[in-house]
Amino acid sequence: MTAAAVKERLLFEGADWDFSTLQRIHDACEDIALNELGLDVYPNQIEVITSEQMLDAYSSTGMPLFYRHWSFGKHFAHHEAFYRRGMRDLAYEIVINSSPCISYLMEENTATMQTLVIAHAAFGHNHFFKNNYLFKLWTDAEGILDYLDFAKGYIARCEERYGEIAVERTLDAAHALMSHGVHRHAGKVKLNLREEQKREEERRRHEEQMFNDLWRTVPAGKTASAANIDLERRRAALGLPQDNLLYFLEKSAPRLQPWQREILRIVRHVAQYFHPQRQTKVMNEGTATYVHYRIMNRLHERGQLSDGNYLEFLKSHANVVFQPTYDDRRFSGFNPYALGFAMMQDIERIVTQPTEEDRAWFPDIAGRGDVMGVLRGIWADYRDESFVAQFLSPHLIRQLRLFHLYDDPEQEEGILVSAIHDERGYRRIRRQLAREYDIGWTDPGIEIVDVDLAGDRRLLVQHRVTNDWMLQDGDTKLVLQHLADLWGYDVLLQEIDGDEAVIAEHHASPRGKLF
Amino acid sequence: MHIVDRRLNPRGKSLENRQRFLRRAKSAVQQAVKRSLQNRNIRDVLDGGEISLPIDGMTEPSFRRGEGGISDQVLPGNRAFVEGDIIPRPPGRGGGKPKEAGEGEGEDSFRFVLTREEFLDVFLDDLELPDLAKRRLSETEEFSPARAGFSVSGSPSNIAVARTSRLAMMRRIALKRPRTEEIEALKREIEETDDEEKKAALEAELKSLNEKSKRIPYIDPLDVRYRRFEDEPKPVAKAVMFCLMDVSGSMSEHMKDLAKRFYLLLYLFLSQRYKKVEIVFIRHTDRAEEVDEETFFYGPATGGTLVSSALAAMRQIITARFDPAEWNIYAAQASDGDNSYSDGSTTGQLLQHEILPLCQYFAYIEVDEESGDSSVSRSPLWALYDSIRAAALPLSMRKVCRKNEIFPVFHDLFQKRDGEKVAP
Repeated sequence: MTAAAVKERLLFEGADWDFSTLQRIHDACEDIALNELGLDVYPNQIEVITSEQMLDAYSSTGMPLFYRHWSFGKHFAHHEAFYRRGMRDLAYEIVINSSPCISYLMEENTATMQTLVIAHAAFGHNHFFKNNYLFKLWTDAEGILDYLDFAKGYIARCEERYGEIAVERTLDAAHALMSHGVHRHAGKVKLNLREEQKREEERRRHEEQMFNDLWRTVPAGKTASAANIDLERRRAALGLPQDNLLYFLEKSAPRLQPWQREILRIVRHVAQYFHPQRQTKVMNEGTATYVHYRIMNRLHERGQLSDGNYLEFLKSHANVVFQPTYDDRRFSGFNPYALGFAMMQDIERIVTQPTEEDRAWFPDIAGRGDVMGVLRGIWADYRDESFVAQFLSPHLIRQLRLFHLYDDPEQEEGILVSAIHDERGYRRIRRQLAREYDIGWTDPGIEIVDVDLAGDRRLLVQHRVTNDWMLQDGDTKLVLQHLADLWGYDVLLQEIDGDEAVIAEHHASPRGKLF
Repeated sequence: MHIVDRRLNPRGKSLENRQRFLRRAKSAVQQAVKRSLQNRNIRDVLDGGEISLPIDGMTEPSFRRGEGGISDQVLPGNRAFVEGDIIPRPPGRGGGKPKEAGEGEGEDSFRFVLTREEFLDVFLDDLELPDLAKRRLSETEEFSPARAGFSVSGSPSNIAVARTSRLAMMRRIALKRPRTEEIEALKREIEETDDEEKKAALEAELKSLNEKSKRIPYIDPLDVRYRRFEDEPKPVAKAVMFCLMDVSGSMSEHMKDLAKRFYLLLYLFLSQRYKKVEIVFIRHTDRAEEVDEETFFYGPATGGTLVSSALAAMRQIITARFDPAEWNIYAAQASDGDNSYSDGSTTGQLLQHEILPLCQYFAYIEVDEESGDSSVSRSPLWALYDSIRAAALPLSMRKVCRKNEIFPVFHDLFQKRDGEKVAP
């Protein structure tokens, strides 16, 4: 082949790129992703942004538009300070689970990096968002941007009507409870964010139409004595016990204004939208990293990526999937990219060149030969916890030299090494690592248990203590205060152990006329 | 696929969130700004820049797991351990997890970069010139809207309802729009008549009336009038600040630094807060000269001390350029308190009888060595001024020995007061 012909094939040369380069890169990646890897993606939208815009996106949880709140200003300042002093690099890319799937590319990236990022985000993450069951169940990719636009407008209008301070306080309180504002179990109806916006508008229009001041003056009839309702019926009526605190407050808090309920609803929906991402960090990044690795290699094989650019890619790839060992200064837990990518590659190995051990451990997939078919199935049907529990192989446990530490403060002598990468340890290590990715296990389990409707309307909340993990005192006080402010009456939080015995209690009373 | 270039989007998308954050963190930012002033070089004291904020009060709490409890974890990179090994805990960490460095990064304090404007805004938040009384109409910059008749265009909130309906009524009468009563009466008449012919005529009339009333609207866009406003200039006070600084040989470098810091604050405060404040810089040794700000702050000079020379220069400039009837006159003097013995009575006379009666406010700052005591002073100038102050004149005196006292003293001298006189 002549030198000219070789050049002809290359997508780009050197580090510079322009929009037609991006288009070429995208088309080449798309060809491999759809035709060779069989991926199924949302249409792509690629946005080129500056570093400042990247910081912007960072501080509003990556979303292109978001309502206004001081905490985002704080995060922005925080990131900016780190970035300016060169202590931290910005991410190369941010990708949004929406349809069309928006990927942000930084303008500083070289052409190789843009290729890597397009392969990683616009195809890897994109496929995962579109096909994983959690995302299908809990998020509405078509509606999210419209919904955020609605949320931003709605909160801005509330600020005009009710004052910035009142809205800010409501948002503060809602944000504090955000981590406990998600449904963990599927309900009957699928979330439809477009409907949400319509619903709110209709409700308000209805209210305005039906408004008649006379109703205020009509004497109320006798209400049924609350004391008659027995505990069980009361709980059933309120939907207790309830682990979605924001949902409960939105539906049942007696003293909230309608707009405050709507704000709680907005925060709850946002939390719910991000809920799947929290449960699929390893898989999501593993998928994207595996996909970019395959695509980049194919590009190089096809002669569309020069050797120099391929080496540049390998260097960044190696940085991304670097996993320091536990005694390394740089160690801060598992790197989801590294673990995810290693597991995907390990599955590829099991599917194509299984050993006897693999056949014994993974009879379903060992030697099946169709790597992408197996992987696509896994990407669709698992989350981190089940993925690790199912597919962490003894081979990989040995390769990463995993071991399990059990540290019980009651044990005076020290920390027990309870399992290592040997025959006896594989299953225990796998079970324990899977549990570390189960947010039902790592997040404190908090439930609203009862409301004393007949008496002082005190809300009873319980934290089920596992492994002696108590709540952090200072933060709990603050959050509980927010909870009491929203509820409007006293709140009691009990920490109970396995035998239903109360170990600790926290109280909070609402702060006067805060709202 | 679409490619969108967002780089040209308007910048500062996060500006509003930033302002909200600053508002929320106001007191902490103020503290931090004042602290940062002490450690900076005089030249870049007010360039804004990085401050460090304590993070409490701005936490975003959530239900989180506290310390303690049983820790169970899987780690990579085993080298030497076998199952059943017991590893002693690292000392000083009561049963914590073995390796957690790198978590919970820098949550106790928070580095924050303020722009120059934000810095000054926080810094000058509650200061003003006292007793700004002599307000004269002069070249004005401020306007306030005042009613000025009606206009045919304007914002809906400014509709003049009475005027509009009056015009509408005039038009209706002039064009002979049938009134509702007339139509009603006609209808009644139609119902009451039995004569078919007359009824037909009446109905024709009713029809034409109805058409006419449709043609001539009750209120026409032509009738609508809006209240009109015009900007009227508001009187603005004119003020001049005299900065008198002793640069004689007895002033040590430390003292000069203190005095300059004080004037720098004053200069910034005036130039940021008041559009119409003239500033006159006078420095003196045994003779006084008016200088520009660059020379005032950074030019070297040395010599003997004659305080009266500065006061005389000030009086001369007032006579020449600032008519006391029109101008609010302020002065701030900084000195180490030394004055030549013979000059005492001249200075006293000048100040008491010629300067102070013209001034709204005269602030005297005495600077001393770092080891000095800022609560007492035995300098001749202090004693002299103290005796004058007894006569209820607008004279304030403070003594400063250390850098960190500058801002409190400055703040004390120029803080907003409601109605009451400046504290002595």
